[in-house]
Amino acid sequence: MLKPIAAAIAAAVLATPLAGAQTLRIGLAEDPDVLDPTLARTFVGRIVFASLCDKLVDIDKDLKIVPQLATSWEWSKDQKSLTMKIRQGVTFHDGEKLDAAAVKFNIERHKTMQGSNRRGELAPVTGVDVVDPYTVRLNLAAPFAPLVAQLADRSGMMVSPKAAQAAGEKFSAHPVCAGPFKFVDRIAQGKISLERFSNYWNKGAIHFDKVTYEPVVDPTVRLANLKSGQLDFIERVNPSDMPALKGDAKLKAAKIVEIGYQGITINIGKSEESQKTALGKDPRVREAFELSLDRDAIVQVAMDGEAVAGNQWVAPTNAWYAKSEPIPKRDVNRAKALLREAGVTNPSFTLLTPTTADAQRVAQVVQSMAKDAGFDVKIQLTEFATTLNLADKGQYEAFVLAWSGRADPDGNVYSHLVSKQPLNYAGYANAEFDKTITESRETNDATQRAKLFEQAAKLEHRDRPIVYLYHRQWLWAHTSRLQGFRPIPDGMVRLQDLKLN
Amino acid sequence: MSFILRRLGAIVPTLFFVSVMIFGLQQLLPGDPAIAMAGEERDPNVVAYLRGKFHLDEPLPVRYGYWLKGVVQGDLGESVRIQRPVTELILEKLPITLELAGIAMAIALVIGIGAGIVSAVYKDTWIDYVANVFALWGLSTPNFWLGILLILLFAVKLGWLPASGYVSPFEDLGENLRSMILPAFVLGNALAAVLMRHTRSAMLQVLSSDYVRTARAKGLDERVVILRHALRNALIPVVTLTALQLGELLSGAVLTEQVFSIPGFGKLIVDAVFNRDYSVVQGVVLFTASAYIVLNLLADVAYVLINPRMRA
Repeated sequence: MLKPIAAAIAAAVLATPLAGAQTLRIGLAEDPDVLDPTLARTFVGRIVFASLCDKLVDIDKDLKIVPQLATSWEWSKDQKSLTMKIRQGVTFHDGEKLDAAAVKFNIERHKTMQGSNRRGELAPVTGVDVVDPYTVRLNLAAPFAPLVAQLADRSGMMVSPKAAQAAGEKFSAHPVCAGPFKFVDRIAQGKISLERFSNYWNKGAIHFDKVTYEPVVDPTVRLANLKSGQLDFIERVNPSDMPALKGDAKLKAAKIVEIGYQGITINIGKSEESQKTALGKDPRVREAFELSLDRDAIVQVAMDGEAVAGNQWVAPTNAWYAKSEPIPKRDVNRAKALLREAGVTNPSFTLLTPTTADAQRVAQVVQSMAKDAGFDVKIQLTEFATTLNLADKGQYEAFVLAWSGRADPDGNVYSHLVSKQPLNYAGYANAEFDKTITESRETNDATQRAKLFEQAAKLEHRDRPIVYLYHRQWLWAHTSRLQGFRPIPDGMVRLQDLKLN
Repeated sequence: MSFILRRLGAIVPTLFFVSVMIFGLQQLLPGDPAIAMAGEERDPNVVAYLRGKFHLDEPLPVRYGYWLKGVVQGDLGESVRIQRPVTELILEKLPITLELAGIAMAIALVIGIGAGIVSAVYKDTWIDYVANVFALWGLSTPNFWLGILLILLFAVKLGWLPASGYVSPFEDLGENLRSMILPAFVLGNALAAVLMRHTRSAMLQVLSSDYVRTARAKGLDERVVILRHALRNALIPVVTLTALQLGELLSGAVLTEQVFSIPGFGKLIVDAVFNRDYSVVQGVVLFTASAYIVLNLLADVAYVLINPRMRA
């Protein structure tokens, strides 16, 4: 009686499954959060959105804004309104039409929905006008240059107004957007399955019937899944696995420098604690600290060379990098002299370090380099959510902190360094800096903005609330059968033009 | 009957105490939960919204009251991170972990008891030594390390099994079992070692007892002596131990599920703690505690039914 069952099970177990040639299986480094562009707050969630929800605009590999759901856009003379032409013939996954009214609905949803994470990004937008069925105008209280770049991220993602109204707060259980793939189902903390949307406006560029996203947190296991053929594509490969990938004919690696940064944020004014260390009190001590570091060596030791050294909120490869403020060379003697000048010989401070592998390695290398100049760095390993709390309260001295980055440099600076902004953990408050960055938001002239960012970089280098260290490479790996992958600095995986042979 | 009623009556204060503990311990986690929940970008509006939604700006007893009110009505709240009811998540995850633990237990029983018998029967021979080395190895190998080694061998090198992940048995039973073999083996491995050691010593004791000598003296086949006469008695302590280890297995599943990316109960709670998804943490712990209380009650009732002396 049991024998046939046992035989059937054995047969099933031994049978090797044939992977559907039209399915693309992607391995993620983390589990995405809620799949509603208005409420979402994780980097990894944006990777799933890239195939689920198209945006008004997109960015290319040089961070230039390119059309997606909007075909063109134009600023008014006073720079207080942005008029966008909406692509015609686009439908949402539920068959609803995407038009100017739908865009208005979405911008308003982002701005007013309870718990919206987009409200801050769209704060300068005061209202949306439907000019004609395929033209919208976004009205602003004051000029705001980073707006178009914001629309290349979740703020520019469009959901079906009908589905959103019907589902209310439960929209994320079954998101309905206008991307190349539509939602099928999701196992919490497990696989997210999407299938091809047959009425996608750009369907010629899509070559898969299905795409699945599976969180595999351990990088070794993620790579093992790729090697064994369980996955076709993985993101965030371990830097130390890159050399082995080069020798494997079945696999291909891809990389590009991120738009974010990795650095050490120093508490210079967030709380009274900032005045307890020489590092927090005296810019000369911070300069000495920076001069004790060899960024190229940090990149080699902590990141296996898979990063580029940097000293600003954007990487030296970025068009917004201020070339007049290059990376300082390591100079231990000068560092010691600065410390003597400041009247401190053996400054000590505690370095708050999240328990991630990258952060720990960076902290250790920094500790040993700074020691040569006389710094006594104590590493305080703390779980990530707790580090953010400590930083927010100013209960720290220095903090190893990363930022995933935004396409417009404003997204890497404003919230982090302008006084009283939520992510300004350093407690930096410099009226001149605030004024410079605010001005950079008020002009759409790129040359003018670059000049302002250069000035701001100079001020930052004088005060050093953040010592920027390096910019990671986004590292991807995929089966060599997969063709057409385009690395973009935002770290997303765009499925347009990807093909499995 | 009155005993059972008394025990049932005791559940209410126990559960109340547990709920206070869960709620109180949660407050010991450092920092402001609203900030932790809001994540990397931390829009102040969102922090304020979360604070309101979870009543974080109100005093602790008031917050506890809100939570308790929901719990009594069968509402464990909703995950902030993925916006799904906690009850639904628990019901979705529990079968996955129970399946994993069940298969792990089966593997452990087969390997552990088998190896225990063999090494007792062949005491002080090379077979016994090999089995003992295996047991020592099983006990001292960390789950996550063994997991990664097995993935590299069976998934990457040999390509026989999937490296990680989970497939529902309703979707594809064969794939489901294939994806369960490695994690279940890793999870069952340490338990197998424990079972092997206990089976061996119990068997040795029984094998040297008078009735076994009698059985052999009557000329019974050695296989009958070992499997029918000796093993039955030797298994009694092993069975008790197995029941006790089931809880161990469930906590071991936390690590195993993490390595093999199995969206089960263990992964649910670990991820919830790291993301400060408080409703999920509270719900899962309350559920687990209730399950333990009910199981304990059932065990007590079973003792009473079996042993009349306890019915006083």
